[in-house]
Amino acid sequence: MSKDIRIKRGLSLRLEGEAEKDLVKAPRSKTYAVKPPDFHALVPKMVVKEGAKILAGDEIFFSKYTKELRFTSPVSGTLKTIKRGEKRKIMEVIIDADPTDTYKDFGKMDAAATDAEAVKERILESGCGAFINQRPYDIVADPKDTPKAIFISAVSTGPLAPDMGFILKDKIAAFQEGINALQKLTPGKVHLGVDDSSAQYLKDIKGVELHHVKGPHPAGNVGIQIHKIDPINQGERVWTVRPEDVTIIGNLFLTGKFIADRTVAVTGSESKNRKYFSTTIGAEVADIIEKVEDDVRIISGSVLTGDKIAYDQHIGFFSNEVSLIPEGNQYRAFGWLPFTYNNIHSNSKTSLSWLFPNRKFKPTTNLNGEERSLVVTGEMEEVLPMDVYPMQLIKACLAGDIEKMENLGIYEVAPEDFALVEYVNTSKMEIQDVIRLGLDLMITEVG
Amino acid sequence: MEWIRQKLDKIKEPFAPGKKYEKYAPAVNAIDTFLFTPNHTTQKGAHIRDGVDLKRTMITVVLALIPALIFGMWNQGYQHFIQLGGDFTFWDAIGHGALKIVPMIVVSYAVGLGIEFAFAVFRGHEVNEGYLVTGLLIPMIMPIDLPLWMLALSVVFAVLVGKEAFGGTGMNILNPALTARAFAFFAYPTYMSGNQVWVSEASKIDGVSGETILGTLASGEDVSYSAMNMFSGVIPGSVAETSTLCVLVGALILVLTKVGSWRIILSGFIGAAAMALIFNALPVMGVEGNNLTNFPWFQHLIIGGLAFGIVFMATDPVSASQTLKGKWIYGFLIGFLAVMIRVFNPAYPEGIMLAILLMNVFAPIIDHYVIQANIKRRKKRINSAKAQVKTAV
Repeated sequence: MSKDIRIKRGLSLRLEGEAEKDLVKAPRSKTYAVKPPDFHALVPKMVVKEGAKILAGDEIFFSKYTKELRFTSPVSGTLKTIKRGEKRKIMEVIIDADPTDTYKDFGKMDAAATDAEAVKERILESGCGAFINQRPYDIVADPKDTPKAIFISAVSTGPLAPDMGFILKDKIAAFQEGINALQKLTPGKVHLGVDDSSAQYLKDIKGVELHHVKGPHPAGNVGIQIHKIDPINQGERVWTVRPEDVTIIGNLFLTGKFIADRTVAVTGSESKNRKYFSTTIGAEVADIIEKVEDDVRIISGSVLTGDKIAYDQHIGFFSNEVSLIPEGNQYRAFGWLPFTYNNIHSNSKTSLSWLFPNRKFKPTTNLNGEERSLVVTGEMEEVLPMDVYPMQLIKACLAGDIEKMENLGIYEVAPEDFALVEYVNTSKMEIQDVIRLGLDLMITEVG
Repeated sequence: MEWIRQKLDKIKEPFAPGKKYEKYAPAVNAIDTFLFTPNHTTQKGAHIRDGVDLKRTMITVVLALIPALIFGMWNQGYQHFIQLGGDFTFWDAIGHGALKIVPMIVVSYAVGLGIEFAFAVFRGHEVNEGYLVTGLLIPMIMPIDLPLWMLALSVVFAVLVGKEAFGGTGMNILNPALTARAFAFFAYPTYMSGNQVWVSEASKIDGVSGETILGTLASGEDVSYSAMNMFSGVIPGSVAETSTLCVLVGALILVLTKVGSWRIILSGFIGAAAMALIFNALPVMGVEGNNLTNFPWFQHLIIGGLAFGIVFMATDPVSASQTLKGKWIYGFLIGFLAVMIRVFNPAYPEGIMLAILLMNVFAPIIDHYVIQANIKRRKKRINSAKAQVKTAV
């Protein structure tokens, strides 16, 4: 069954540097990393020591507060270092990879014919629980919960976002098996959002409710689709899985192995070799991009939500995109003059950039101003297609007013849904951070 | 530019964090960022940002005010010379007006920005740009002959009590420019109303007839200006609010750049027209009415400060309603109340100032009810979800 979702409000940024639809096998990295900070609010507890030999799929750490939640190695090799940050917080677990992977064998399983408990147990023991996210709060799902529905968005609307149809087209069998497994985890429905590209390949997937999503970014965000399809109420849980991760779960059941394949699109105006690379989770970014200097920012993920990484670091756990954009640490004379610097995109009409709807912009990391008090109203609503008052919610988060946050819909939002709000914000506040702090407060106070 | 940049960097050295004059950095930064958009980069979250910033937004409003300001300079000179009699040229008029108005602007900016800078240093935050607009608005809505020290005192009151007392830009409840005017109006009424104050140097002229149209109407006399005069603004009035035409040009700039809310502007005019139409309809209902109630509704929209107030003051995002629905209600009530105050209160015929200040106070309440509706929707959804679970069980 297919239902259409049309989003009107939003903003599709057209940027220079889309990846060419050409899938290349990336060289095998020397080391791979799993970074616990990629899983928000997780407190990892290590199970293997430095120097230990591990197989792909071997547990390396688990969640201190939810022991069933295990995190496994994407490759086989030797655990090289555990990098720690402040207060000995584990930042990165780096694994020296073998030339070829040897997998831990979990045994094949027909998800559709197995009972729910066994499916769940298999997902957890293989470390695939890491791929399942929970809303509210946008954290790794607690396996003890039963979600009212599971949402998957194979819609790419973000700036320079990789094409989900292209990534999934050769993995349809694994995707279907993954859906069969996920179906067992919820008494409700599995919702799958598709756009024109991914619909070609996913229209015949069974066991899902298919939603054809149209409209500007953030229509592709799973949070927006949840809001339109079946909004989250207080006390409810829904789970979300990224489409490529569904195929990893599917492959687990088909082959009995944890095959942590990841397709990463290299995008952005500063990258020369803009292609899709087939690699493994946690690979070194240097293996797929050319050497860049300090005047280029490497972002693991999208330009709106990703993390800044260095050339010698690893790609994030969930990223299927690496964006290279110029650093903007230059001064601009009289940058405040209206109708000047029209090469910088603006959603407001104080620059003439809107006269060139087909132009592709080449943004830098410049803040284009300084942080100020919240003054301008109405701009946030334009890019947040939710029945939520963004400015009031942000103020409630800043004030730490739990009742107000609850009333204004904190359970329905995730930081990524506010990425465009942060982008257009005249006062240059770090709004995704504010929402994250609000969510963290809810986790500790309400749970 | 490169040379200036290097000089600036050198000047800024002692103000860097940990250096001797660190405390005064906001003041220097304000000047620096006026010349150069800083080299600050994003660190996390959205790595790219929109080209707009608060400075650009505020400057756009200043730009929108320029037509009205230039027209005001000419009109003040024109009103002066026409009462004086004799020949005069366009440049005479604009020169006379400029000579009066430029010092007012200088005083307003000097005093207001002085306080803003002091508070920025004191509180350790950057200087907010809001005063760029307020500082220009204040002289534009005062009578031309207001002594400069009174203007300065009004500015001090507006910035200190109207804004900084509430926590600075973004936190104030009342529009600061109107707070300044209200202060002057109640503190120095003889300088702010009557027949004499609206024409430059009226005291030097014998038998001046410098009443505003609203003043004339309130005293029960007939208006000697045509509707075209009222629209173009060749009438006595405050410094730069008389020309509805110039105000509409400004409104166009604000609406096209999305800096001003078209909802507030449109609903403001609708509100004023609605109230005026009700008054116009009184004779039909058997009430005789007076000059003010019978004044044609469309002329109500083009006289006095109504248009200026709705376009430039009601749209101040900080003191206005912040929700989209709230903006419609807020704008409508401003127009509606402004005409009502005009008609019912002959002692003070121009009602737009009081209407906006009143609605500034009510804006948070309007928002509260708009948001409550959203909250109720959400609660209703929870209840229906719970009911579904019950029936399922």
